[in-house]
Amino acid sequence: MATKLKPVDVVTVGVGLTGTILAKELADTGLKVVGIERGRWRDTDPDFAMPGAHDELKYVIHKELMQDLSKETITFRNAMNETALPMRQLGSFLPGEGVGGAAVHWGGLTWRFLPWDFETKSRTLARYGAKQVAEECTLQDWGVTYDELEPHFNRFEYLYGVSGKAGNLQGKIIPGGNPFEGSRSKEYPNPPLKTAYSSTLFKQAVEKMGYKPFPVPTAANSRAYKNEYGATINACVYCGYCQFFACEMGAKASPQTAVLPVLMKNPNFELRTLCNVVKINLDSEKKRAVSVTYVDSRGREFEQPADLVLLTSYVFNNVRLMLLSGIGKPYDPAANSGVVGRNYAYQTNGNVTAFFEDKVFNQFMGAGALSMMIDDLDGDNFDHTGLGFIGGGWIGAASSGARPIDFHPVPPGTPRWGGEWKKAMARYYNRAFGITTHGACQSYRGNYFDLDPTYRDAYGLPLLRMTFDFRQNEYKMSDYITKKAAEIAKAAGASRMNVNPRTGKYSIVPYQSTHNTGGAIMGADPTTSAVNRFLQSWDVHNVFAIGASAFPQNGGYNPTGTVGALTFHALEAIKTKYLKQPGPLA
Amino acid sequence: MDKSSGRRRFLKSAAALGAAIPAGAAAQSKPAPAPHADHDKQHAQHMRAAATAARPYMFLSQTEVAFLDAAVSHLIPKDELGPGAKEAGVTYFIDQQLFGGYGTMAKKYTQGPWPEGTPQQGYQSPLTPAEVYRAGIRDTNEYCRKTHGKTFDALSRAQQDEVLKGLDAGKIELEQVRSQFFFNMLLNNTIQGFFADPVYGGNRDKAGWKLVGFPGVAAVYTTFIEKHGVPYRAQPVSIADITQKVAQVDEHGHAIHVMLDDKAGV
Repeated sequence: MATKLKPVDVVTVGVGLTGTILAKELADTGLKVVGIERGRWRDTDPDFAMPGAHDELKYVIHKELMQDLSKETITFRNAMNETALPMRQLGSFLPGEGVGGAAVHWGGLTWRFLPWDFETKSRTLARYGAKQVAEECTLQDWGVTYDELEPHFNRFEYLYGVSGKAGNLQGKIIPGGNPFEGSRSKEYPNPPLKTAYSSTLFKQAVEKMGYKPFPVPTAANSRAYKNEYGATINACVYCGYCQFFACEMGAKASPQTAVLPVLMKNPNFELRTLCNVVKINLDSEKKRAVSVTYVDSRGREFEQPADLVLLTSYVFNNVRLMLLSGIGKPYDPAANSGVVGRNYAYQTNGNVTAFFEDKVFNQFMGAGALSMMIDDLDGDNFDHTGLGFIGGGWIGAASSGARPIDFHPVPPGTPRWGGEWKKAMARYYNRAFGITTHGACQSYRGNYFDLDPTYRDAYGLPLLRMTFDFRQNEYKMSDYITKKAAEIAKAAGASRMNVNPRTGKYSIVPYQSTHNTGGAIMGADPTTSAVNRFLQSWDVHNVFAIGASAFPQNGGYNPTGTVGALTFHALEAIKTKYLKQPGPLA
Repeated sequence: MDKSSGRRRFLKSAAALGAAIPAGAAAQSKPAPAPHADHDKQHAQHMRAAATAARPYMFLSQTEVAFLDAAVSHLIPKDELGPGAKEAGVTYFIDQQLFGGYGTMAKKYTQGPWPEGTPQQGYQSPLTPAEVYRAGIRDTNEYCRKTHGKTFDALSRAQQDEVLKGLDAGKIELEQVRSQFFFNMLLNNTIQGFFADPVYGGNRDKAGWKLVGFPGVAAVYTTFIEKHGVPYRAQPVSIADITQKVAQVDEHGHAIHVMLDDKAGV
């Protein structure tokens, strides 16, 4: 029997990137906010301290900072006619666990989705007509435009101290930045990071080819920076233990560096760790959430009443809690009706490894997002007529920290073990770098989430079931941009290369990216979206689902910058509209 | 049933245990040139020598140690470039991994049912990694006995190589575990043991890091990252070097690397 607690104004389910920002801003207005987090408290000191922070086995292989699957996982299958089986160990994607969530171990690439990304459907139909769109593709507009989100991108970039170079400042194209980005009202708060050798070679090669290179905007700060909350993010030292790791320097912006030092001092905020929310309880008409039920680390069950419930977990748990709690109609792919679980999408990545005979790169130095890139082949930045696909992706040379368990490339034709492998691996460890093709993924009728009929979590509740595979649109896109990446590697002087576009069935085994999207998508139409343009549930007006769960399909960029902008966008609607007059906002 | 092979296995295993000692001895003969008080240095070296000399196997039997010593010496062989996986202590690393959280599927989802699934669905074995090794080594030895009349460790190098290739290609059928599943686990763990921080028992004397020129625990690279094309050649630093004060650190705990003066790298 659950113990009923004293009511509060706001509950955030999850205390990561979105939850900390919302909690900070709403606690500042005088509301009582409780943050409920399934994992433990973690902070730069002492949890991420040297020298233990530089341990590749612990963090990359054993995934110290990531989700404990023994308690909860997802099930996966490629298609509806297969039996989904549990993801027993982490691989393809790496959700976080504990305070700060995945924003503790993220790489720090902080993009603004392109104006086109928010209007994928209407702009594709307008430019190419319906024939360009694959048959079962359920592409949609977001119900919000880039221009509406622009101030919120600014807020997030200034909060996280993003380091980069504007390419389009108030409509004016600025040399050295990304000329394809949407018009921005302000320059980045910090200048770009320094430039690695691989980035310089990449830059020289793509300039020869007529592309427009620029340094990637990154949340590893290029200099010590104090944000609007008064929190200080330190300067990156290029140690190369960044993505998959926490930052011992407090130089990679995260909830720990940018928000929590201030939030934890606010008496209106209370953090409850090692507490797992299992249900959102609704009123008898299922129009309003009245409380959340959670189980603590001693097995005690509590009911926490709240006026506002913010789902601020990773994509999977935002969707799963809605399904477990009866918020919104579950998606039915056979009838293509219902909304919760609809439009699950991912990232379509390929890569080229470029090998050199006469150059060394020291690729073990770097930062998660230290890279030079081009955006010429992203979104609709190029003419897709006759190509047979929509979307694209960025191509870039990253110096994100080449630690040898994970990075020991060998040229094509080398055996995978033995003396010959050892010689090739030793020779090329410091004479190779990777060029990534980071592609979009459209949404399709058969790619979706629902509840698994067989497998359960540690609390006896059904796991979330993922049904997903790539489609022809994605294979063609990846093939197209990965071939361009191979041309770039050749122009950069590579003697040999491995070229790997995305091919074959999607596999949950090899790491690809923690860029899962959709399932509780936003939109202007309640029959095809789970949340409205303010990320508010169409059905239960005091529940907002914040995160990449709201993306109707995935763009070519890493999602975090856009997740940050959506967070401030929803926050503005809550503060200026919802709190004054609670009810549906759209 | 086969006393002589039991005795041979014991002797080989004792040799494997003994092989742990030279790593500590090597550390003593090549002290870090960083300026420290002699006392600190001696203390740290003593600690390291003690740590490497008295390493009991916690999970693996002597038979399994003999098998793995032979197998990993093929996966990453000793050659003119330097030590291989066996010399780097990879068997001991695997022992420690199998005894710990990795071997017992900690933080992994272990509830059934357990149908085999598709390759895209990943690890679906009801066996833990520790159990996979136990079954895989036993079955491979059984295959070797049937085919060659000896356990794997007693075969010739050429025969061992052939067996490993058979496992890798899935051409050898094992009874309790899929051969490729076992082989891939062994290969992945061998590479991990060769390159992981020496605190885990492998990468002895930082053999893996020295081979590729990886500096281990990082220094502040702010002033070096834009020295393009210049090899960064440092004596690698491990976590224990810092906790035992063999290596110096800056105010944030980053290693202060001692640079090598050789011209290798290009």
